[in-house]
Amino acid sequence: MTVETGAGPRPAASREGGEPLLTAEGLTKHFPIKGGFLFGRRVGTVRAVDGIDLTVHEGESLGLVGESGCGKSTTGRLLARLLEPSGGRITYRGRDITHASRTQLAPIRTEIQMIFQDPYSSLNPRQTVGTIIGGPMEINGIDPPGGRERRVRELLETVGLGAEHYNRFPHEFSGGQRQRIGIARALALDPKLIVADEPVSALDVSIQAQVVNLLRRVRREMGIAFVFIAHDLAVVRHFSQRVAVMYLGRIVETGDRDSIYANPRHPYTHALLSAVPRVRPEDGGRTRIRLTGDVPSPVDPPSGCRFRTRCWKAQEVCAEREPPLARLDGNREGHLTACHFPEDGPPGPPRPPGGDGGDGGDGAGRVKRAESD
Amino acid sequence: MSTWTETAGFEAPPDGDAFLSVRDLRVRFSTEDGTVHAVDGISFDLARGRTLGIVGESGSGKSVTGLSVLGLHDPRTTEVTGRVLLDGQEVIGAREKTLERLRGDTVAMVFQDSLTALSPYHTVGEQIAEPYRKHKGASRREARRRAIEMLDRVGIPNPRLRVDDHPHQFSGGMRQRAMIAMALVCDPDLLIADEPTTALDVTVQAQILDLLKDLQQEFGSAIVLITHDLGVVAETADDVLVMYAGRVVERGPAAEVLRSPRHPYTRGLLGSVPRLDGDVEEDLVPIPGFPPNLLDPPTGCAFHPRCAFVGEVGGTRCVDERPTPPAGRGAACHLTADRRRVLFAEQTDEQAAEQAAEQTEPRPR
Amino acid sequence: MLRFLMRRTLGAVVILLIISACTFFLFYAIPRDPALLHCGKTCDPESLEIIRRNLGLDKPLTEQYWAYMAGIFTGRDFAVGPCPAPCFGYSFASNEPVWGTILDRLPTTVSLALGGAVVFLLLGLGAGMLAAWRRGGFVDKFLSSVSLVLSSLQIYFVGPLAIALLVYQLDLFRQPEYVPITSSPVDWFAGLLIPWVVLSLIFTAQYTRMSRSTLIEQLGEDHVRAARAKGLSGRTVFFRYAWRGSLIPIVTIFGIDLGALFGGAMVTEFTFTLPGLGRLAVDSVLDTDLPMLMGVMLFAATMIVLFNILVDAVYALIDPRVRLS
Repeated sequence: MTVETGAGPRPAASREGGEPLLTAEGLTKHFPIKGGFLFGRRVGTVRAVDGIDLTVHEGESLGLVGESGCGKSTTGRLLARLLEPSGGRITYRGRDITHASRTQLAPIRTEIQMIFQDPYSSLNPRQTVGTIIGGPMEINGIDPPGGRERRVRELLETVGLGAEHYNRFPHEFSGGQRQRIGIARALALDPKLIVADEPVSALDVSIQAQVVNLLRRVRREMGIAFVFIAHDLAVVRHFSQRVAVMYLGRIVETGDRDSIYANPRHPYTHALLSAVPRVRPEDGGRTRIRLTGDVPSPVDPPSGCRFRTRCWKAQEVCAEREPPLARLDGNREGHLTACHFPEDGPPGPPRPPGGDGGDGGDGAGRVKRAESD
Repeated sequence: MSTWTETAGFEAPPDGDAFLSVRDLRVRFSTEDGTVHAVDGISFDLARGRTLGIVGESGSGKSVTGLSVLGLHDPRTTEVTGRVLLDGQEVIGAREKTLERLRGDTVAMVFQDSLTALSPYHTVGEQIAEPYRKHKGASRREARRRAIEMLDRVGIPNPRLRVDDHPHQFSGGMRQRAMIAMALVCDPDLLIADEPTTALDVTVQAQILDLLKDLQQEFGSAIVLITHDLGVVAETADDVLVMYAGRVVERGPAAEVLRSPRHPYTRGLLGSVPRLDGDVEEDLVPIPGFPPNLLDPPTGCAFHPRCAFVGEVGGTRCVDERPTPPAGRGAACHLTADRRRVLFAEQTDEQAAEQAAEQTEPRPR
Repeated sequence: MLRFLMRRTLGAVVILLIISACTFFLFYAIPRDPALLHCGKTCDPESLEIIRRNLGLDKPLTEQYWAYMAGIFTGRDFAVGPCPAPCFGYSFASNEPVWGTILDRLPTTVSLALGGAVVFLLLGLGAGMLAAWRRGGFVDKFLSSVSLVLSSLQIYFVGPLAIALLVYQLDLFRQPEYVPITSSPVDWFAGLLIPWVVLSLIFTAQYTRMSRSTLIEQLGEDHVRAARAKGLSGRTVFFRYAWRGSLIPIVTIFGIDLGALFGGAMVTEFTFTLPGLGRLAVDSVLDTDLPMLMGVMLFAATMIVLFNILVDAVYALIDPRVRLS
């Protein structure tokens, strides 16, 4: 497959030499909760994203993982500037686009594309596949050599559909095929960065693998950078060289793939990895960490470390002081962890029971450890 | 205790030890576009205290099978044939009164989406107490006490207060616990859990799966766990049925099926799942093609249009002849066991070679 | 709940103010001179001038509006006599106070609306539930066809037909008329029976179809299936679960319909010559009786807004999810 792109394709799994493409500093998005008597007074704030730093390098894939309500989708929309941040700064290739207007964003819109979770609702049912994929080119007045139609047919083949699908409508396709159409549309403008929000979560297992492979090929061969948002840790591991773990609007741990999956330091990362059911249980660790309770509300997050209410290591200091996201002793370069009492060693092997001190938060936040057989 | 694996054949008589026996179950829906063969002749047995995982993708018929055991299909649009024996009691064709007596008492169900499966108009306590009053003839007070006890048992903090909450006041994980409490309130012998953790976050999923296992040990119920997630099956099921296009393509003890699959589809599913410990540089090995259209399913083996080994069987057997469903450990496949072993090994080598070639291929700078 | 009602009431006041301003400026800005209308056939410039002054028409429009609105709460003094609060002015046509006339006509309209509502709720919801219970069967098909035929009928066609048949031919019912319930409950009932039935025909059809479709939709809900999976009988599931969920759309439409009927059922009142608010509105349009028209319009609007608030309050009773948000 050959597709011409502006930036030179780069080999997978290397970000050395990749220039920072998109940088976010202190990125914040607060949604007001309106209510109260008479006029919609602000009665509260959903702190969906609450001060995060991220860098996406050219050609690399950054994975954003976390449970529902952690703010990963909002972060994706902020990075694609579909939402305007409440605070912080977003820089794209050195240009501040934090509060850029529609017209200022126009040239950048072609370079940052989005792929959505639901291939059913993100495609206009009344447009043919050709119109859907060619749309972005038409809007931006781009005339590729050989004409738009030829380019669309090429794209269809790139994503594993036939050029003959040009005149069909979305409802004639299965879920997996529709997601391919969405990918073709995102590729139409030769983007530098694709923000993919749960792109395979709605798909059946066998189809999910097809789409993951397609995205991997696209990234490898076209040198497109990705922000890959997913709740499935295994999929993210398979797709992203760098991973950021989010919890309640904050990044609790970030680093390269090996650091996060083989040497996680944050208790939450440990818990997440330990909770993933293994197809071959005997391959996984023998000790399981079972978090109790649910994620607290982002309207009123816990003081200090936000994870402390569910953490088995929490001490008083965790409620008083929020741990900075920093490189800890024993962390590789670029591996940052926000924890006062980090874990050591790979996830799995038995560890002595954690400290039971500290205030108990809501009391539900303790851990149950079970020896699995 | 004998398990179904030894005795449950396609035409085998119902197993005396089994609590649930399903024989040649077929479910057809009439739609405007034609007849959908949602379940196309499946058989299995399940004993008390055991967990059977039914795995498949959307449209495989796994959920439809679960609903058939409770006789929950609308007879106006659905034709159900075959036999479903619940503790010796025939479900198919049974009178509605008989079914009502069984449902909630002998067999209960946990649904995927607790937000829609619990009534928004009634308190959690009312909904848990309801089947207890109906089946055990308990008074309002007793039933309420039982509801509080159940909420406590499934790990809801402050059950005395939460019993009067409405479902929307619960978080997703708590709602799922409440639904499990509702299903188990009459201490059923069989629990059918249809994707019980699919809508949940991974840490909450782990809690719920643990809870189901604990409760099974305590109450000794049989569980049918319907899921698309092979990991969930691996962690909870004793035995597994793999379904494709309304048929069983493979069955056996869960660990065995997942370690050494015998059907190309099961093998394909396993290759499709990204793992936390595999080689990240390797591409996944997806199953090519698309799921079958159940209005017009493929002839012969329903998997043949996506199968890599059709040519290896010889002639057009895969296209013409429906493979025999497995009795006990086995797969519904025309490949002989020896041939399959050779082919699977070859395929693995080929994939490795392909991957290696791709890795070393010079890329344009 | 109290806060909610207060908030909604305040909102309603704002809406009513907007409606009143719109109607007022619309009516008084029409090119026909209200004073001239009031003056009658034997009109000379002098008396016209007096009338203008008496009615306050010589003042700017905004001031007139203010005086009108203030009059509703404090009363006004006109040359023809004092007009105690709530004052909507005097009719040009009859010289009677507008509010008094509305109060006179109200019992007829309320009797018609309430009686009709009872009939169409009972028949419509009953038939809808029966059709949903037996969905796909003969009863369902029969009821659906009947409601289709009913909804295509018109009151001004059925009304005279019903009178001709039931009153004159068969002598089964009494000629429609309004007798106050206080003077004779039996006559009140007998006189309104035909109007109630005729008025409800179209509504019955509409409520049959609506309740059938929402019930069938509810019966397909996950929680209804889950209730069946608990072993509850078909009847319990139907009445305790499906029926509850189908109430929201029914209550919504019913609130709007009842509010509108309280403002006057014009066609029915005309067909059966019943002296209600609907007739009053039509008559005042024909007479260009601006104060009367304005009063009836405001009253009808108030009714609709009021019933909307009631509907919202009922939502909270039906659906606990509404209570919190």
